[in-house]
Amino acid sequence: MLKTYVQPRYDYVRSPDQSAAAPAHHPVVIIGAGPVGLSAAIDFATRGVATVLLDEDDTVSVGSRAVCYAKRALEILDRLGCGDPVVERGISWNVGKVYFRDRLVYTFNLLPEPGHHRPAFVNLQQYHFEEMLLARLRALGRTDLRWMNKVVGVDARGDLVRLEVETPDGRYALTCDWLVVADGARSPVRHLMGLESKGQVFRDRFLIADVVMKAEFPTERWFWFDPPFHRNQSALLHRQADDVWRIDFQLGWDADPEEEKKPERVIPRIKAMLGDDREFELEWVSVYTFQCRRMERFRHGRVIFAGDAAHQVSPFGARGANSGIQDTDNLVWKLALVMAGKAPERLLDTYDEERVYAADENILNSTRSTDFITPKSGVSRVFRDAVLELAESYPFARRIVNSGRLSVPAVLHGSSLNTPDAPGDGFAGAMVPGTPAADAPVGREGKTGWFLASLGRGFDLVLFASQAPLTAAQADAIAALGRDPIPVATRIVVPQGGGLASAPPGCEVLEDVEGWLAKRYDARPGTCYLFRPDQHVAARWRALDAAKVRSAVARATCNDQAAPARAGRAPAHA
Amino acid sequence: MAKLNLEPNIASPDDFYEALIDMHRDLDEGASAKANAKLVLLLANHIGDLEVLREAMAIARGRA
Ligand SMILES: Cc1cc2nc3c(=O)[nH]c(=O)nc-3n(C[C@H](O)[C@H](O)[C@H](O)COP(=O)(O)OP(=O)(O)OC[C@H]3O[C@@H](n4cnc5c(N)ncnc54)[C@H](O)[C@@H]3O)c2cc1C
Repeated sequence: MLKTYVQPRYDYVRSPDQSAAAPAHHPVVIIGAGPVGLSAAIDFATRGVATVLLDEDDTVSVGSRAVCYAKRALEILDRLGCGDPVVERGISWNVGKVYFRDRLVYTFNLLPEPGHHRPAFVNLQQYHFEEMLLARLRALGRTDLRWMNKVVGVDARGDLVRLEVETPDGRYALTCDWLVVADGARSPVRHLMGLESKGQVFRDRFLIADVVMKAEFPTERWFWFDPPFHRNQSALLHRQADDVWRIDFQLGWDADPEEEKKPERVIPRIKAMLGDDREFELEWVSVYTFQCRRMERFRHGRVIFAGDAAHQVSPFGARGANSGIQDTDNLVWKLALVMAGKAPERLLDTYDEERVYAADENILNSTRSTDFITPKSGVSRVFRDAVLELAESYPFARRIVNSGRLSVPAVLHGSSLNTPDAPGDGFAGAMVPGTPAADAPVGREGKTGWFLASLGRGFDLVLFASQAPLTAAQADAIAALGRDPIPVATRIVVPQGGGLASAPPGCEVLEDVEGWLAKRYDARPGTCYLFRPDQHVAARWRALDAAKVRSAVARATCNDQAAPARAGRAPAHA
Repeated sequence: MAKLNLEPNIASPDDFYEALIDMHRDLDEGASAKANAKLVLLLANHIGDLEVLREAMAIARGRA
């Protein structure tokens, strides 16, 4: 059916595990090779952890579901080594326009400030996106990816997780220490374990069509409330790669999904929207109802849920795949530390703590957008339309218009892994502990690059220096931190035009070429930031003190307290 | 702690009330409802303080 895309088919290959006398054992098994399972496998591979990745299918996403990949997800892909192909193949955009009836009521720019490597969004068909992740996974060569391997049984009651897997050659069993479940919104594994994802189904239906056409429309997100071509409902237009355009039409609850999918129904709707005799071809059509829901907990002992399996949102805001990729960003370094014996299992509970918090934020935002787009009562419709009418003339009302609060990462304000600021340090600005690192251009060995790209895979300390050489005490502290069991790598930031007479060995020097870094981080000479392996701020100080850095690392890895008494607690798998 | 001012604050209440009713003159039910909605939005933005607004909403709904 797709005209611009040939669905790849990947071979099923029989694994030696299928002939083993006893179930083969693997440290980590990941279920589901969607965007989330793939990101998790790549992240493990970059940390040297081999995994087994099982998928029931033999291809990437059928039809393009996710279109919009947000800045933070792109930054994570950069860390994983596959940001460039996605950004190059995709369509970058920052501007959105909102129409009410036949009038433009306002235009917004999601990235008004320069000095960021990645745009607010890149649009790309989900199948292309997944193919790029697959290419990266194969290049790393540490993942045993098994197509046509459907998980049909899970037993997580013991010290190991036991899986039953169905293949074209029949069933076999596997065991693992840790199971990452990324098997999508329907999550068969969640059902097998008797677990639920609870929330709200919206009583509305949406027609999602991808069409191929030549159009000179600017690369912007266009959203209509109650347009003349589709009265009383909403519509959305987005550009993807290869002259493919995504069109969403709200249909209302009473629409018949099977009828609405027929080309004779779809084509006139699109013709009315385009308003001319432009040629186009239907690429892919589907009708959806949307829901917002999540599991109560994402960690169940040795089984950890991520992505749509753990939480689901309506697509207004593009928070589905984007937040799932952030789940893996949060999970993998923690699991790698636990597996290496460098952090207690308790660290995994903070995956649950932090990502449930983020899921709630995403669900809240998506629910509010859906409520604005689909008013549930006469009076909410009246208020909605009043907001839209006022928005054309009054800036205050524009901020109430909600056509989707587009995906931004959660700031993990209350996380138990954060070290709070010392009261006297007086930091201003946005980079509070728990915030994902903000990017900025930096000079590195005479070339201009990006701050985020200069962060490593472990804990990083970023020290803002003046022109003066470091003191001996600072140099000693930096060297000692680099030798810790959980090493801390230091980067030194010097001001615009500055150099450093002598940098301690192994310490990268970054020049704040446009001054954005000091500005975004409210830094002055001496200020230092500790970043977690997922690039979130763990702690910050106005002066370097190795002991404080160590205790912040301990706190961010749950190594700061004696193990809490287990008495009275349910066993881990319950 | 009540922050919403419930003491008389309008210098000439009769003028206000007349203006309010006047705003709806010749409007049908739908247009009136929309005018009310816009009025609420404009005033809410002027007040700005969500706590005050919530207090007013609670009273309006009959919960206080
Ligand atoms: C119309 C639409 C538009 C969207 N737009 C956006 C957007 O713009 N931006 C965004 O971020 N998100 C968007 N989303 C959401 C996005 O598509 C999902 O959030 C994303 O695909 C979730 O990824 P996942 O890896 O968790 O699950 P999935 O992509 O569903 O992958 C699950 C995988 O698990 C496999 N699997 C399932 N069961 C088993 C089993 N028993 N054994 C082995 N394997 C199994 C499946 O074959 C599949 O490959 C949109 C969704 C829709 C429907």
